Amino acid sequence: MEILGVPTALLGSQLLVGLINGSFYAILSLGLAIIFGLLNIINFAHGAQYMMGAFIAWLALTRFEINYWVALIAAPLLVGLFGVILERTMLRKLYKLDHLYGLLLTFGLALIIEGIFRDQFGISGESYEVPEALSGGIHLGFMFLPLYRAWVVVAALTVCFGTWFMIEKTKLGAYLRAGTENPQIVQALGINVPLLITFTYGYGVALAAFAGVLAAPVFQVNPLMGSNLIIVVFAVVVIGGMGSILGSIVTGIGLGLVEGLTKVFYPEASAVVVFVIMVIVLLVRPAGLFGKA
Amino acid sequence: MTIKKAVSIACTAALATLSAGAHAQISGGVVKIGVLTDLSGTYSDLAGSGAVLATKMAIDDFIAKEKPDFKIEMVSADHQNKADIASNKAREWFEREGVDTATELVTTSVALAVMKIAKEKDRIALMSGPGSTPITNEQCNDVSVHYTYDTYALANGTAKAVTKQGGKSWFFLTADYAFGQALEKDASAVVTANGGKVLGSVRHPFPGSDFSSFLLKAQASGAQVIGLANAGADTTNAIKQAAEFGITPTQSLAGLLMFITDIHSLGLKSTQGMYLTEGFYWDLNEETRAWSKRFFGVQKKMPTMVQAGQYSSVYHYLKAVKAAGSDDTKKVMAQMKKLPINDFFAKNGQIREDGRMVHDMYLMQVKKPAESKYPWDYYHVRQVIPAAEAFQPLSQSRCPLVKK
Repeated sequence: MEILGVPTALLGSQLLVGLINGSFYAILSLGLAIIFGLLNIINFAHGAQYMMGAFIAWLALTRFEINYWVALIAAPLLVGLFGVILERTMLRKLYKLDHLYGLLLTFGLALIIEGIFRDQFGISGESYEVPEALSGGIHLGFMFLPLYRAWVVVAALTVCFGTWFMIEKTKLGAYLRAGTENPQIVQALGINVPLLITFTYGYGVALAAFAGVLAAPVFQVNPLMGSNLIIVVFAVVVIGGMGSILGSIVTGIGLGLVEGLTKVFYPEASAVVVFVIMVIVLLVRPAGLFGKA
Repeated sequence: MTIKKAVSIACTAALATLSAGAHAQISGGVVKIGVLTDLSGTYSDLAGSGAVLATKMAIDDFIAKEKPDFKIEMVSADHQNKADIASNKAREWFEREGVDTATELVTTSVALAVMKIAKEKDRIALMSGPGSTPITNEQCNDVSVHYTYDTYALANGTAKAVTKQGGKSWFFLTADYAFGQALEKDASAVVTANGGKVLGSVRHPFPGSDFSSFLLKAQASGAQVIGLANAGADTTNAIKQAAEFGITPTQSLAGLLMFITDIHSLGLKSTQGMYLTEGFYWDLNEETRAWSKRFFGVQKKMPTMVQAGQYSSVYHYLKAVKAAGSDDTKKVMAQMKKLPINDFFAKNGQIREDGRMVHDMYLMQVKKPAESKYPWDYYHVRQVIPAAEAFQPLSQSRCPLVKK
């Protein structure tokens, strides 16, 4: 059977691949959206922090024989801690200034971090094996689905919706949202707002590192893996609406699917399609699909 | 510049000119070699600091063995794979710093830009890193040498061998820019000429990171061989993901532009059985092993063909300067083309009138993990491709310098 001259089997497999890539976009853009929504910082170091997550997993495995599952928890914690230190020592001083300062600082940090990794590990990168329990795959009839990719979708979506739930539906989330809306009053009620903000940045950064560990067995772990991805992820955040939590998740997955379809019908355009959509969305809804104008 | 500094430079220059009179006719009394390479970007592993090290080794060895009566100096710079940065640096070197030859020049756009400046300033461009064939065809000139490899030799070697061994149907995964398309075109021609068939191709954006969609298309084509007409991280990611999606070993992959550093970073598990063409392998014989181990001692990595070729090309250049008794571009170029190249890198290598250095190439097959006995033991040498067959024949040349 064919749809527009493309066999349905091929179409199905491309949509599935789109969903997998979409989950990566979702988890990365979620971190960015949280940081922007609650701290007003455009975190350009997100790609570098994603790369750090992947490298820590690789280092843990090759130098200390620490397996994937431990790394999946430990790497985000470590990189999150690194984020906390950044927030306490540098970002904190920029909250009252224009967005541009935060962007420049994090961009500079990204260049430094990537430079250090490039110097240490070279540009070709390192290979991280798929963990034993998730190697192999399932024949779906229309395609061979590697188990690991299926796991990526499950893990990414669980973390995404868990985060959304925490921010939108719990008391802690309510404090967070209130703290960004009106810090003085929330502080007056006895809640430590600066600590909340530090924690939020650390969490956003940890999400990037989590995505990095998820990506390690799929992509070659190399110092520039983040900077190649980050521009698309920024576009996802802009399309979803800067700072919108649910927007970033839904748009991430949606754009993954659109990109997958583009690869079927006109592969040459698959790198631009996200940006074309961004232009259209900005023209029609400048605040993004889920943003509040 | 302070007056003191200016005076001291003037004095040094005057002294240098005076002392030069006593030796061979070397401008400034010093032969100055510039290594213009990628020290920080995509090609920094296959060329980069290793190419600088290889140049140093060549100069040291030359001084120790040939005892020249001229001084040799080296300068190096990062061109960041940008033609404009490379052009500015080359100009500065040639005009103000008395550099005699700009070497390495990985990345075609850089190479083409520097070749033009070298011609204009009457200096020599020695290229070990870049791969495109226009360097010795449409864009060729008489002050340039293309030393180590080119895409014709690689595509020709790999595509021919794989097709002859039964890989008759091909599908290409091509990076969507001039280089990828040229590679696909070269390889397709070879496949068809050897009785194979090209079933199709898919063009992926450059650079890409997820190739699974494209690989699934290649899988659906049912081709026996998937030709990777891309390079660097694109190739390594595609290979990794092909294994993940169970495409290999049912269908086999052929990397059309790969280096030992790519195999090293991917590991043998995902690359085993692949064919590729190389101009050099550290573990070929006693000579290559001896040199490579010295290189490894400093760099902690085995040399790529680009780095080994860099050593050989600089050494050959210095030999030509000595033989010519001058660093005059015309005289040195004449000697470089006249003298055969016999060292650990090449046997009976010869620089043709189009600037192409022709030497034997090697068809390699990547070992299985169990076959690899020691670090960097990666290849079976499946075939030595003689110099005459490895490179584009002069009869097909589009270089105006070639008299037909």
